[in-house]
Order: sequence, then structure tokens, then C-alpha cells
Amino acid sequence: MKMVSKISGAEAFIECLCKENVEVVFGIPGGSLLPIHDALYDSSIKHILVRHEQCAAHMADGYARATGRTGVCLATSGPGATNLVTGIANAYMDSVPMVAFTGQVPTGMIGNDAFQEADITGITLPITKINYLIKDVNNLPKTIREAFHIASTGRPGPVLVDIPKDVQIMESEFEYPKTFNLRGYKPTIEGHPLQIKRAIKAITDAERPIIYAGGGVIISNASEELRALAELTLAPVTTTLMGKGAFPESHPLSLGMVGMHGTKYANYAMTETDLIVAVGVRFDDRVTGKLNAFAPNAKVIHIDIDPAEISKSVSVGIPIVGDAKRVLKELIKGLGKKPRTEWLKKIEKWKKEFPLRYDRSGKTLKPQFIIEQINELCPDAIITTEVGQCQMWAAQYFKSTKPRSFISSGGLGTMGYGFPAAIGAKVGCPDKTVIDIAGDGSFQMTCQELATAVLNDIPVTVAILNNGFLGMVRQWQELFYDKRYSATYLGTTSPDFTKLAEAYGALGIEVRKPSEVKSAIEEAVTSDKPAVIDFKIDPEENVLPMVPAGAAINEMIDYEG
Amino acid sequence: MKHTLSVLVENKPGVLARVSGLFSRRGFNIDSLAVGVTENPEISRMTIVVEGDDRVLEQVTKQLNKLIDTIKVSDLTAEESVERELMMIKVAAEPKMRSEIMQIADIFRARIIDVSPKTMIIEATGDEEKINAMEALLKQFGVKELARTGKIALTRGLKSV
Repeated sequence: MKMVSKISGAEAFIECLCKENVEVVFGIPGGSLLPIHDALYDSSIKHILVRHEQCAAHMADGYARATGRTGVCLATSGPGATNLVTGIANAYMDSVPMVAFTGQVPTGMIGNDAFQEADITGITLPITKINYLIKDVNNLPKTIREAFHIASTGRPGPVLVDIPKDVQIMESEFEYPKTFNLRGYKPTIEGHPLQIKRAIKAITDAERPIIYAGGGVIISNASEELRALAELTLAPVTTTLMGKGAFPESHPLSLGMVGMHGTKYANYAMTETDLIVAVGVRFDDRVTGKLNAFAPNAKVIHIDIDPAEISKSVSVGIPIVGDAKRVLKELIKGLGKKPRTEWLKKIEKWKKEFPLRYDRSGKTLKPQFIIEQINELCPDAIITTEVGQCQMWAAQYFKSTKPRSFISSGGLGTMGYGFPAAIGAKVGCPDKTVIDIAGDGSFQMTCQELATAVLNDIPVTVAILNNGFLGMVRQWQELFYDKRYSATYLGTTSPDFTKLAEAYGALGIEVRKPSEVKSAIEEAVTSDKPAVIDFKIDPEENVLPMVPAGAAINEMIDYEG
Repeated sequence: MKHTLSVLVENKPGVLARVSGLFSRRGFNIDSLAVGVTENPEISRMTIVVEGDDRVLEQVTKQLNKLIDTIKVSDLTAEESVERELMMIKVAAEPKMRSEIMQIADIFRARIIDVSPKTMIIEATGDEEKINAMEALLKQFGVKELARTGKIALTRGLKSV
């Protein structure tokens, strides 16, 4: 008889993580996680102690987006678990592979309103691909295997695994299953040959095609194929916020970002195109603007791995469900070069006539100038962003050239995301410069993670575009609410950010003049320390151009003159 | 238009919450929902009646399919199928009214399953229209309580979903 030694659920948990090649978890311990943290103490897995569980989730998320691997976070039962919720929702909206583990009160106490009990599987039902409550230690390996598989395949997303404390203690014979049967989960990878044929014909026939690329291209590692398609068909490429970096924005065929704060030429091209080749996108309302005026003359080819995205908001003539990389490869095989001189000429004209612009006189410190300087000094940096004006300026003025180098909360729009995401990205890519483009409002939502960055020696730079306002809301109040700045002024109540940084043991730099920008960035990124630069920018600078809510995307507000 | 969806799901805790949560979250209206285990104890069949145009139905179907625990979704509306619902209705029934109520039950091939000095419970199965018709007829006697299962359905013949 074969003797198999028994191990505890907590030890089995560590074994499972090792089998999944997890190198790092982000978390905070607690009463219901004691056995797991005890097992972690002796393991090779690095545990990064954070200061708020929301940030553990954002770090796992930033790590996943920067590396393409599944991020892992860990929180105790009750408040620890509920603190993860924003981070999980964020990962769900942006299709980020993540497995969140939570401690739970012992099985016998579940449902009893026990101390630090929360029904976290119930709470996260709509924001996870699937979630599990493990009631029997014998099911633990199988469940964790499935969780990692589901999180990282198909359209990726977060999965939550809730592990009661007694399950962590109970012993079982450990065996990591090699196979599993998920009969309800079989993502379609290969595009349908007939649809691909139709798409090839449509692209060949099109006079004014446009490629509209999103986060799916990055997830599927399809940037090379996307570039090949664009160069072959001479179709201009516009990306979503999530798609930034999927196509080099330095490329002559790049139109930059589309939508509410996209470039005018991207929005004009989208409006006049006769064929949209949509890849890994979901026709979000921030992209389409007024739906019935969106791309009125266009046929639509939509390539996506999630069938539920096809025709969700815009009707699609040629749907291709499949993995972007595989489908693009097939498309390229069937396509030939076709000159589209007239169309490209028109686009060149728009680009010349309607470039992104701002006041470059240097009289005040402009946020756009700061982003351009960051771009010039650190073109290969991973940029993360907070949410609001800072995010849109970063999206407009930082020219992303590589995938996984622009990391932003797109769907959920989570203020406070950028800084922990930067820490996660830096943990995953220690050789890269990582810069969080922040606002003074957003940064204050998660700035306590300065402690995490300092304690674990994770040198990221936070560039605060400090205008003393919740700037994007202020901008809407200025434009649509008669400048009634209700509850958006932060100015005198915010701390001195350089002193705050120093209090945590990080580097703090204050910048008031355009002439100080370059040296401050250089100092921060070469300091090898977590650094905060407090850029005191022009407080009433706006993000322009802008499509007002409910308008068509070619009806943009811009600077006068 | 009303559609009857037959949905095979894993027979696991939480699956019903997942499905019903999906409907409310995405703003779809459920007319009725009936769940029970199938010949395979690992699989349950949900029969869901949902109101909506083709576009809504397409989204409902896709979103249901997206759930990991969903094995198969079929729209039975276009199929040759048999649909049944079970109703139990308790009506006020003084002894002198009993025979009339029993006649109505007979016409609908329903059964009397409980009699008390002042009430009767009638059990009826059938499609929705029949059940509605019977309920309307029994209303005159005074309905004390009523329970309906919601529709269940299967395709006719060899074909299975």
C-alpha cells in the first residue's frame, strides 16, 4: 500500500500556489487567515504586506496587467474580504486575470453572523467570473486549479476562493489534479472560417477602413498581428484607453485614442469610415458617444473572445468569436495590400488641422507639458494612472509604443487605482521604470501604500498633477453647471505631499515652474526610492477635446481659436 | 414576446442565485422560473420564461451561456415542445358548493386533493392557458390560497436539449 502523508489545508494552499507558479501574493493577515499566513512564513512565495486590502487587489491587478500572469491577493474574512470588493470589480470590468483568496469563519459558524463574517461569495457574485466557498479540504486542490484556469483563460477575469479557517487546518492527502472537467466552460479560440472569409472580403472591398483596437489585443498578445494587419491593409488604427500600447502611437497609421477625450482625427475617422475592424473592444459608451450617430456609414467586423460582447450595443455585421491573435493571423493570410491613398490623405489633413493642443507659452505649469516631459525622459516606462483629468492627459500625451506599458482603470474608473497598480507592476517588472500619473484627489485615496512601497523597497514614482480640485468633476461643473464648484475644491485641505512622502520615508519633490519639471522627473526615477513629485499645475486647465455627454463623437468641444 | 428557455446547469449551491442575479442585474424580466434535478443528479434543469424582443433574448442567452455553471441554453419557443405548469388552489367550499367545484375540476382533468368542512384543494396541471382558465372559473367560489410552480418544458420526440 502506498503511504501518502497528510498535510493541512493551509499547506495544501501553498502547494497549489507553487504548482501555479505564483511568486508573489499581496495581502493582509487576519484571524481567519492565521493558518495560511503561518504556512506562508516558511514558503518560497513572497508575501507583500499592504496597508488596505483594496490595494492588495489593485496590486495583484497591476502585476497581472504588466506581466500577463495571474495576480493573487489575500484578505481575511469580513472587512478584509469586503475591502477587496472595489479591486475585484475593477479587475472584472477590465478583464484582468486575478485570483482573490479570502479567509472565512469556520464552516460550523457560517450563516451565524459570526465575528468578522461576511458572505463574500454572495457579495462578489456579479463581479467575479466564478467564485467558490471551499467546505471540504479534499476539494481545495481541485478548486484552486479551476480558479486559476478560469481566471486566466477565455476572457480573463477575477475569481474568488473563500476558505474557512477550519478547512485551512483540516488535513488531507494532497494531490494536484492534472485534469478537470468544466463542461460549461469552453472558450472559443479559433474564429469561424466562414466569418473570417466574409471579413476578408469586407476588408478588401472597403475604401475607408479603420481598425479599432482595445484591451483584448493586449490580453491576447496580438500586437504584432495587429500591426501586420494595419500595414498590410493601410488602415489607420485607433485604440481605446485599454488598448493603449496595442499599436505604437508613434506609427504613421496611429490615430491615438478614440472617444470622449480622444483625438479629433480619430473621432472624425470613426464617423466617416465605411468599415470598422473592431478587435478586443466592447463599444463602451465613452467610445461611441451618441449611439445612433456612431459610425453611421460603417459595416462592422467585431473580433472578440466573449460572444456576449457581440452586438451588445452596436449591431455587428460580421462577428468573429475567437482569440484575437489567432483570428488576426487568419485574416492576414487572406489579405493583400490595397492602396487607400484618398482615405489616408484625408486623415493626414485632419491630423495637421486638428492636432492635440494646449497653451505651450510656459506662463503656467501645464499638465500636458509634464506628461510630454515624462514621455521624453522615460519613453519605455510603464505608466499607470489614477482616474479623472490626470488619466485623460496621460492617455492623450503619453505616446505608448508597447503593450502592457499603459495601465489604467478603464471600465470601473477607480480613483486610487494607479498607485497600488504601479507597485504591483514594479513587483512584476522590477527592471522597468514605473510612473503613476496621479491627481491630488485620487492619490489621497490610496496614498497609505507609500508604507508598502518603502517597506518592501519598491521604487515607483508618483507624479501628482496637483490642481487642488477633483478636476474632472470640476471641469464638468465649469462646462455644464455654471461653474458651481460644489464639493470639488480640495486645495487647502490636502496635505503637503512632499512632507507626506518624507514622513513615510519616501522622496518628496515639489515643482512649481516648467523649468523644474525635467530635473524633478530625473531625480525621482533615478533615486531608487519610492518618490512623489507634487506638480502644482494650472488649477483650471481642462481636458480637451471633449465630447459632451449624449453628443456624437464628431461634435467635440475644444479650445477656442 | 414570451420565450421559454431550457437551461441545463451544474447542480451546485449558488447556481440559482447566479442565474436569478444575472436577470435582475442586466434588467431582464423573468415571468417564471422552475428548477429541478435531471436524470443526472449532477445536472439541474431550469425552465425560465422571459419576456423580450430578439435582441433581449440574444443577450439573455449569451449572458446565461457565459456563466461557468451553465452547460446549455435552448430557446424552446421555436421548437416543438410540451409545456406544463402545476397549480394547487384552495377554494372556499361549503358542502352545497362541492359538487359544482368537482364538476369544474373534472372538466379540466384536475384532482381534488384535500377537503375540509369549508374548503377544497384542487391540483391541476396543464399549459399556462388551461391553468389560467381554471383559476378564473374557480374565482367565483373565493380563492383562499394559490400556488403555481412556473412552467417546465421538454422538446417533443427524440430530440433533446
